[in-house]
Amino acid sequence: MEPLLETTGITKHFGGIQALNDITFKVRPGQIKAIIGPNGAGKTTLFNCISGVLKADKGDIKLNGQSITGFPPHKRAQAGISRTFQNVAIFPEMTVLENVLVGRHCRSRCEMLQAGFRTRSMRNEEREIVEKAWNFLEFVGLENQTEKRAGELPLGDQRLLEIARALATEPKIVLLDEPAGGLNTKETERLAELIHQIRDSGITVLLVEHDMNLVMDISDEILVINFGERLAEGNPKSIKSNPDVINAYLGEDIDYSDL
Amino acid sequence: MGYEKKKILCLILFLVIFPVLVNYIPAISNYLEVMIFAGIFCLVTIGLSLLMGYAGQISLGHAAFLGIGAYSSGILTTKFGLSPWLGILAGVALSSAIAVVVGIPSLKLKGHYLAMATLGFGEIVFIVFNEEVDLTGGPSGFADIPYLHIGSFEFTSELTYYILVWSVVLIGLFFALNLIHSRVGRAWKAIHGNELAAEAMGVPTSKYKLKIFVLSSIYASIAGSLYTHYICFLNPSSFDLFWSIKFVMMVIVGGMNSVWGAIIGTVLLTYLGNEWLTAFKHFDVLVYGFILLLITMFLPGGIVSLPEILKSKRTITR
Repeated sequence: MEPLLETTGITKHFGGIQALNDITFKVRPGQIKAIIGPNGAGKTTLFNCISGVLKADKGDIKLNGQSITGFPPHKRAQAGISRTFQNVAIFPEMTVLENVLVGRHCRSRCEMLQAGFRTRSMRNEEREIVEKAWNFLEFVGLENQTEKRAGELPLGDQRLLEIARALATEPKIVLLDEPAGGLNTKETERLAELIHQIRDSGITVLLVEHDMNLVMDISDEILVINFGERLAEGNPKSIKSNPDVINAYLGEDIDYSDL
Repeated sequence: MGYEKKKILCLILFLVIFPVLVNYIPAISNYLEVMIFAGIFCLVTIGLSLLMGYAGQISLGHAAFLGIGAYSSGILTTKFGLSPWLGILAGVALSSAIAVVVGIPSLKLKGHYLAMATLGFGEIVFIVFNEEVDLTGGPSGFADIPYLHIGSFEFTSELTYYILVWSVVLIGLFFALNLIHSRVGRAWKAIHGNELAAEAMGVPTSKYKLKIFVLSSIYASIAGSLYTHYICFLNPSSFDLFWSIKFVMMVIVGGMNSVWGAIIGTVLLTYLGNEWLTAFKHFDVLVYGFILLLITMFLPGGIVSLPEILKSKRTITR
């Protein structure tokens, strides 16, 4: 099957530090794929290169066979890549609903003059924007908090809000950067369910996550990177038993049978 | 127009009653003229409030755009005999062109650096007004600028100009409120909240920052033209750094997060400047500084945040 997302030879330096070296991997449509690796392995840097927040020094990124390497982030969003952030990057002063409305930006068109004079086409589009945004809020279960300031939500809800906002851009693939970070067990269970629902709705999921139980539980495939290098790739089972991964990532003296 | 209907109606009601009051109370007989200036400045600060409060970009050079509008229509009407209305349009065209040229490089800067860049731009324009003596009349300026007119009707009396200016302000306010409640306004707020996230959600951030910079320059330029054709005399002193800072102050005192704040702050500070602080003469700057200090320390949301703060205090004490 044709890959949805394909990176070839992504390399990124920060000064003398090699953050990513020649990372090549593919994500097939409909997959849940996880990227794991020890702290500082370059997972978030890879995410930033894919979403365009950082420019890779070398390498090519293709979405649906089309190269998007030269695209700025907003064009990549338009093309169908959306993301959440490790440190939760919601718009704190805006309401929960407004946050998701912003996600509809790249799927709506009306410009300053139409908006300023509130033309009929603008009002129709606005109605559609709000309707769609409500769907995504219901999808993550925040429909009762729409008028709250986003900054007032507890962390778990902020993460959900970020996911709703990312989905509102109608992505082909959504990148989740440590979605379980700071969540308790119950919230993490809900998250796992939500990620499955996202995939079932036809959106491919690529995630970076430290919670190994979650990763092993939900991923179809896992990419392991270490010190910016691709270490291994495969299904959860093969990753768990891969000696390189065990050495580099999980440590040598742990019994993995119960992971 | 479902939202903020009440506030708009209140404003219109006030604007209708105000001239009547002024007419019957001799002690405030000159307040109508002050209100004309307040209206002109309101146009500047509505644009500035969109730029600062919504999109989160500061400008310490907006008096320059006021000046560009003023000089464009002043020079074109007086020296080239153009109709004042065309002069206003020419000012808008020139201001937006300059805003694009200035905005593209300087909007890449953030915070203090953007403030410095726009401040520098304001100073350059101020120097041009002073030095291009053939065109601008230099420091002494020039006079005999025609009034605005429709057919043979001239806007010469205070009352007609008051109506004209505040009608334009209401249109400007309408436009701004509509923008705020649209995808464009939300994009600006998103940039303010988190530029990186806004970009990742599909908002072309540099384009949107430029758009609001240009729009706010257009507001200021129209204000400048209205100013020119009211006082019919121009010199550079109304467009210096002090005025740029004063506009920013009006926005902050009224409350940055709302265009209503801009209107309240502007009207208040215009009356302070033109009427209530005249006893302080040149020391009025000190008073302004003190007011700004008090507002930023005790009322960071500006005057418009006052009712909400009082309300929350009341619920706490209960």
